[in-house]
Order: sequence, then structure tokens, then C-alpha cells
Amino acid sequence: MQTLSSLEREKILEEQRWTHRLAKSQMRRWSLKAKLLIVVSLSLGVSILTVPAFAHHGYAAYETDRKITVTGTVTEWFWANPHCVLQFDATDDKGQVVHWGAETENPTTMTRQGWTKESMKPGDKVTVTMLPVKNGKPIGRILEVVLPNGEKLAGRVNPATEVKPQDAPK
Amino acid sequence: MSNRIVVAGVALAALTFLPLSHAQIGAPPPTSPGIDGWGRTITPPAKDQKPAPAPVHDISGIWDPPNGVGNQVLGAYSMPEDGKPEHQLPYTKEGLEALKETKPTNGVRSVLPAETNDPVIPCDPQGFPRSDLHELRTTQILQTPQKVVILYQFNKIWRVIWTDGRELPKDPEPRWFGYSVGKWADDYTFVVETIGMDERTWVDRAGRPHSDQLRVEERFHRVDLNHLELTVTINDPKMYTRPWNAMENFRMNLLQPAFDVHEFVCSPSEFTEYNKLLGNSISERGNK
Repeated sequence: MQTLSSLEREKILEEQRWTHRLAKSQMRRWSLKAKLLIVVSLSLGVSILTVPAFAHHGYAAYETDRKITVTGTVTEWFWANPHCVLQFDATDDKGQVVHWGAETENPTTMTRQGWTKESMKPGDKVTVTMLPVKNGKPIGRILEVVLPNGEKLAGRVNPATEVKPQDAPK
Repeated sequence: MSNRIVVAGVALAALTFLPLSHAQIGAPPPTSPGIDGWGRTITPPAKDQKPAPAPVHDISGIWDPPNGVGNQVLGAYSMPEDGKPEHQLPYTKEGLEALKETKPTNGVRSVLPAETNDPVIPCDPQGFPRSDLHELRTTQILQTPQKVVILYQFNKIWRVIWTDGRELPKDPEPRWFGYSVGKWADDYTFVVETIGMDERTWVDRAGRPHSDQLRVEERFHRVDLNHLELTVTINDPKMYTRPWNAMENFRMNLLQPAFDVHEFVCSPSEFTEYNKLLGNSISERGNK
């Protein structure tokens, strides 16, 4: 069973602060929910959070109601259109090295978020929070990267109206 | 830890988080021009500063969309394909049939990246009016006595809007960005009419179709020195029973004249590399 360290608990709370930006009344409710989240996460060993529905190139492939956090070593940072790709190696529970691929949006958008072509280089140890791909491969859509110096880079999040296939024009 | 506790944990998680609606979730961190294409830091104007009045017959400048990147992820800014009745477009029967042929990666009809036939994804031109309705990023407008030129950041493309008094061509050869003429409706409103668009293009990211009958009106209204509002009206009697506003008063902010716009190009070789690294894998059907 995995347990969350105090650092990880703080990370969850901090993610909520920047991701959700709720009104004060909503924030009070979230405070309670954050505490409940920690309890649940301790039981499950995973963090489950509600994140915005996404709608951009490729989001149909991702789970939008779950996020995962993986720490690993950068093998390549591909800074290009249509989306930047971070590749890194991480050791799983069985001691096996897993090669991960995680994408952001395009360089222009990420520049406005404070990212650069030099944000990461091979060998850097990073902690990546992302939406997992639906097909179960070690691939994700980046919500946040924590750099070796502790600096955090936020992924670009596009809140979109919740939509369902049955709402399509007929 | 017993299974009972785990089950209780799952139930608690469901009760705690599932009721959260997307409406409760706020916007992402705001973006700002920040650093321009030359790597220079740009200071935004003070917000409490009252802008000067709009100059007469002048929409020139470097204009930044309200959310920084101008993404219209669910389709046209004012009429997203989100399933809401008020955003249902007035399709003709032919329009609805044409809609079924488009397979976008966004909105209620979204498909996996490998299954889309969105022409923009493999780097075909957006064409017009999608250059307004896809990602209207930082936009430069230049004026001469004969024409207005719009430089779009997305894919680094440009349009010429003739103001020399010429009429729109009769039965023109279709082209990606059509044929445009513009006139001043009043001191602060520039109205553009465009026809002759290539039928391979989509109206917007949600795959709204158009025919050879498409006629688009753009109204650029300079509210004051620092603000420009754009309204885009789609008129295509083959596809839609009546004209509809794809953008209504889409407000853009004036940037400093020295701002160097970042390069944003869809490169086929970069696209191939992206697919090799990730794009192909995320589209595969997995075990889950």
C-alpha cells in the first residue's frame, strides 16, 4: 500500500488552489473536500481529483476525470508543433523502468505559461502530473511538471463546457 | 488494510468528487503576452488607466485575444458545438448531411486523433473564415490607402482586404482565403465581405460545413484606442436556413507597437515526429 508523504499532500492542496480557483464560498467547501481527498488517497494510494473537461486536439484519447503523478528522469524534451512532448523514464512498483511520453500544447501557448525550449534537458529528475491516456499506455497530458529546482510549470488547461455525444446535431 | 475500508474509501471518493460540476471549476491561470518573439519582456498597460478615444478609420495595430490564445475549442466562439439548444445551428437538410462527413477532434462529435479528417491537423490551410474561428491568436492589422492586411499568428498567414472601391468578383475561382473587400460603415466600424472560399475548408474547429455559396461578413469595431471588437456572420443558404453569428463582439486588446509576435507554424515534419513520439500511440485502442 502506498501512502502519501506530507509533501505530496501539500502538492495535492496546491494543485487544487491553482487548478480550481474557486470563489470563497466554494473554496470553503473545497477545504473540506481536500481533507477528504487525503483520507481517500491514503486508502487507495492514488489521487483522484475532478479536473475540467478538456477539448483540444487529442483530448478524446484522455481520461479527464483522473490524474496521475509520476517521477522520472527526462530522456527528451521535444519543443515543437502541434504539441510539445516530454519523454522520461520512471521505475514502476515492480522495479521495471517504464518509458513515459507526456504532451503539452504548442510552444507558443506554453511560452505564455512560462515554459521554454530549455525548460528541461535529458537527465533532469522531474515529477509530472498528468491526465492518463484511456488505452492504458504510459502516456499522459501534462497538468504540471515539477523541475529539479522545485520550480513548477503549469500545463495549459482549457475549461470547456461539458458535452456528450448524444447532444450532437441529428 | 481490509477490503471494507478500501470500499468505503472508494465510496467516499465518489460522494466527495463526482457531484462537482464543471461550472464549479474556475479558469486556468491567466496568460499574458509576457515575453515576445524576440525574448523581450512586455509590460501590460495599467488596467485602471482609461483608454484614449478610438482614432477615426483606423483598426491598425497588434491585437491580442481575450484569453491569450484565442482557442475556440468547441467551435465558433459564439456558437460552440456544446449540445446547448441556444447553440444549435439552423442547418438545412444538406447542411446536416455535410456535417456528418466531418470528424472533428473536439466537441460533441469528437473522435480520436487518428480517426479525424480535420484538414488543419495535418497542416492544410485553415482557410477563411476558420482563420477567425479556429485559434484567433495575436493578430496584426496593417492599413494602406488601397487595402487592409491582416497577419494571423496561427500558421503565419495573411489576408488582403481591398478598400480601393473594387467590387467582389463574379463567380471567382475558389481559394483557401476567398476574396475580400472592405468599407467603413462609420468612423469606427470597418465591414468586410468575403466570398469564393475553397470547399475543402471547415467553418470552424467543430467541423461546421460550408458550400460555394458561403458569404461572410466581418465587422471590426474600434471601441476605443485599446480595444477592437470583431463580429463574424456566416451566410450560406445551402447549408443554413438563415445567417448566424459565429463571433459576437469578440474583444481584442491592443499590444505595444514594438511587440514581436511569436512564430507559429504547422510543420509537416514536426507533425510526423509528434505522431511517431506520441500521436499514433494515444489513438490505439488499448486494454481498458
